[in-house]
Amino acid sequence: MKPLIKKLVESYGPSGSEDQIRELVRDEIRGLPDYITVDPLGNLIAVVKKKAKSGKKVILSAHLDEIGFVVSHIDERGFARMQPFGGVNPLACVGGRVRFADGRLGVIGLDARRDDLGKIPALSEMYLDVGATSRADCPLKVGDAAGFWRPMAELGERLVAKSLDDRIGVAILIETLRALKRTPHEVAFVFSVQEEVGLRGAGVAAFGLDADLGIAVDVTRTGDTPNGVKMDVSLGRGPAIKVRDTNLVADPRIKNLLLQRASEAGVPAQLEILEGGSTDASAMQIARGGVPAGCVSIPTRNIHTPSEMVDYRDVQGSVKLLLELLQKPIEL
Amino acid sequence: MPTRARPRARQAKAAPAVRPVSKPARPDVELLRVLSNAAAVSGDEGAVRRMVLEAIRPHVDEVKVDALGNVLAVKRAARRRAAPRLLLAAHMDEVGFMIVDHDTDGSLRFEVVGGVSERVLLGKAVLVGPRRLPGVIGAAPVHLLGSERLEMVVRPGQMRIDIGAGNQDAARRQAAVGERATFATEFAVLEAGEGGAMALRGKALDDRLGCASLIGLLRGGPYPVELHAAFTVQEEVGLRGARVAGYAVEPQAAIALDCTPANDLPDSRGRENTQYNARLGQGPVIYLADARTISDRRLVDYLRRLAEDAHLPYQIRQPGGGGTDAGAIQQTRAGVPVVSVSVPARYLHSPAALARTADWENSFRLLTLALERYDARVLKR
Amino acid sequence: MTVDVLAHVKALSSPPGLSGYEEPARTVIRSAWEPLTDEQHADRLGTYWAVRRGQGAPPRPRLMLAAHMDAIGLMVTRREGEFLRVANIGGIDPRVLPGQLVTVHGRQDLPAVVVAPPPFLLPKAKRDNVTPLAELLVDTGLPAERLAQLAHTGDLVSFAQPPVELLNEQLAAKSLDNRASVAALTVCLEALQGRPLVWDVYAVATVQEEVGLRGAGTSAYSLQPDLAVAVDVTYGSDAATREFAHRTFPLGGGPALGLGPNIHAGLFAAFKACAARAEIPYTIEAMPGHSGTDAFAIQVARAGIPTMVLSIPVRNMHTPVEVVALKDIARTGRLLAEFAASLDDQFMAGLTLD
Repeated sequence: MKPLIKKLVESYGPSGSEDQIRELVRDEIRGLPDYITVDPLGNLIAVVKKKAKSGKKVILSAHLDEIGFVVSHIDERGFARMQPFGGVNPLACVGGRVRFADGRLGVIGLDARRDDLGKIPALSEMYLDVGATSRADCPLKVGDAAGFWRPMAELGERLVAKSLDDRIGVAILIETLRALKRTPHEVAFVFSVQEEVGLRGAGVAAFGLDADLGIAVDVTRTGDTPNGVKMDVSLGRGPAIKVRDTNLVADPRIKNLLLQRASEAGVPAQLEILEGGSTDASAMQIARGGVPAGCVSIPTRNIHTPSEMVDYRDVQGSVKLLLELLQKPIEL
Repeated sequence: MPTRARPRARQAKAAPAVRPVSKPARPDVELLRVLSNAAAVSGDEGAVRRMVLEAIRPHVDEVKVDALGNVLAVKRAARRRAAPRLLLAAHMDEVGFMIVDHDTDGSLRFEVVGGVSERVLLGKAVLVGPRRLPGVIGAAPVHLLGSERLEMVVRPGQMRIDIGAGNQDAARRQAAVGERATFATEFAVLEAGEGGAMALRGKALDDRLGCASLIGLLRGGPYPVELHAAFTVQEEVGLRGARVAGYAVEPQAAIALDCTPANDLPDSRGRENTQYNARLGQGPVIYLADARTISDRRLVDYLRRLAEDAHLPYQIRQPGGGGTDAGAIQQTRAGVPVVSVSVPARYLHSPAALARTADWENSFRLLTLALERYDARVLKR
Repeated sequence: MTVDVLAHVKALSSPPGLSGYEEPARTVIRSAWEPLTDEQHADRLGTYWAVRRGQGAPPRPRLMLAAHMDAIGLMVTRREGEFLRVANIGGIDPRVLPGQLVTVHGRQDLPAVVVAPPPFLLPKAKRDNVTPLAELLVDTGLPAERLAQLAHTGDLVSFAQPPVELLNEQLAAKSLDNRASVAALTVCLEALQGRPLVWDVYAVATVQEEVGLRGAGTSAYSLQPDLAVAVDVTYGSDAATREFAHRTFPLGGGPALGLGPNIHAGLFAAFKACAARAEIPYTIEAMPGHSGTDAFAIQVARAGIPTMVLSIPVRNMHTPVEVVALKDIARTGRLLAEFAASLDDQFMAGLTLD
């Protein structure tokens, strides 16, 4: 799975500019589902049709987009000002390298003369430098979008990369689709857009699909770093099953079913309560007349920085868990 | 779960017997004047709704008012078969005030409806309620307050509207809790000498400019699209009308017609203003992204090509905050590709906003072209 | 009126029924509403509705009366030895937590208390002001090993304050937001017994209002009502709220009728007329924006629904000692019944915004 993960995390795709990553995913899953469509907002939807009368209609969702930057102004010396797409962490920006849709690279610099040197700098006090010398020779335009640029690294069992949020979820979905042999259920693998700017893809995808339940696969924080948040989730202890986050109280029936299937599959699992974050599951839950929703979360350190870190065993465990879920009956 | 057949929403109107001859329509300043002067605070849009209905009835095939008060109109395509369904939306509501209580001295306590900065409220004239009772938002005199007090921003909770009622009972008789109030600004056309640039000044240019444009577009045509026009309610309090309008219409694509701030004033430290959002005099503003929406790239490219081919000025709005009806429409049902086109204006959400007539005329031309040239190829992937 | 409002409100206040976990509340509501209605159903997210069918010719128009049944509370995030850390479900007021009696719903229900550590155990910046939720602990009195068997991440924690009867038929209890409104719906259904109805009247106990109005919009989507009324609580006036007098309402003054963009002006007028006819006292609540109730989600379901907001004044909102005047619950229920009974097949045609 690692070559797939590497390909995905190193790809370009900030919110609203998911065309390239969508095509990459489409190529990876060609021939596997019964059909593939792209909906009006650009969500990629791959459906494995229902085999049994008692089967349920299940959505699995992972988002294609990564956090990024959009050019808001080019000044007279060719430096660009930017706005964020999604929850960009200013602490992780200065000196960072970014890449635009055409492959062009840039560097994030910081205003030296700022109003308050004691505060964490805001993004408005930073700029993009693509090596231009004037507005006229700057190749950027207002509206050009960039994501971080960083190659993946392996630290033993740990993978470090930008946009593991949520390319790791995308990888898990692809791998699950590949390994799925027999399922009584209709399964819609939704590779959603614009999650980072407000869960804008998953909700409309869920409206179109009208499913019985929806499960997002996304990252969550951990409490296992020095002076970390008080959270009982750690790297290496298996996928985390969401109980609650900022916008979602996970359906307890789905939570319990996931716990049960994890146990049956021999996959260690953790329970997750996340403060300060949400996922596609929240948007799916309120589609139409309501969709019972839950989430399988990949414990991740340094979320929304260019060096997010996951444990490969948690990733493999997530695939095993999803396969166990899909291959057995689902009764809510 | 019992299902039910839904009857089509009520009040569909039949087409008039004779269709007016179509001619190239231009934005109508006198129409804008009456729209700008009308009072229609979010949730209380009746006055503008009536004007819109009267203005568009002779030019559309169907019109109805939905449960929230949106005006939904349809202008069928010249050739109906497979005509793409486009939704254009402009909001009727403006920011303003709601009377919430009567103080013991006969003044009115109020709350702000929509985003109005507290900094523009003191010392302004307002009109209260359906009878448009004149009132003023007073301020304690500078002579009495020490210099320290003078520097403190007054919160709306401390302000009162004075309509001249002598006591609480009299105030209750004149203005009921729940009534709305607006700035009292009269619309004006500003000219700068012979052939000079013309500007428009008034309250609620956001979004009476959009409403006037949409009325103008309905007066024009016919177009090769099934044109759905939504004059929406409650945009300023959460894009509420657009959400249900988008659901009802189910368009293939949508364009929001709005107004966007031109913050193109000089930086007091002499630095470059890098957060101007849009600029006066640079043409209609096409949105790539705001806080609620990332526009569909194909629609943005379509509008840019049209403008360039027709040598119309245009500008790209700086990505960042704000939102338009497009944000709500995009999220209806299984998703709708959207874009917004706005007229740039200074001092929006204040007693007197300022726009340039040329920007308005050019945005109207761009939208007219967008309707005249639209076909299914625009959204091909 | 055969419903003993006091007993019913106490019965409704008792189960936890926290947002997302409403089953215990649903059970109590089901036993109250089943005998008063023709059909009942719980939807996918757990919203419970019960319908009194009208006698008009089908397809009959539908009135939705929505009161959220979920309550705010706490959830265990982790164990720390003998203690539990908790996070909020809904808008918890941390000021009332230290010393508060609670129940931890673990493998069994565990009586416990919320405690604030003494200042010397807190970081300097957090010593002077109200202790934030993240620094509070829950103590069951059990040793660590026994606690580990009984309490786990994700367990719910609800207030354990029993109801207190005050003078003047006022009741102090937890979760009157919004079980008082659910009780009003029961009073309404009771009052409609034996009265002819033209419309179908749906009593709807929605879920997850406190965490984002999640049951309201989804159930309105499914039910597709022609009209909807959200019944919730509003701020009761008392000394602590004197500076907000224009936004608070006296206990015993009857329900507050909402007015503003989230309310259909024609519906407001109809309710005002109804209250006058039935001689039910009421107040008017200016709501310039978001009403803070299920009505905000219901109004924009599908192609839009005319909505009304009725609110019952409650003091000390979002604490375990919310106070309500039982009379106001009965009046709200009666007003709803009067309105429902007055609906005929001409009402929608006559309903205007102006």
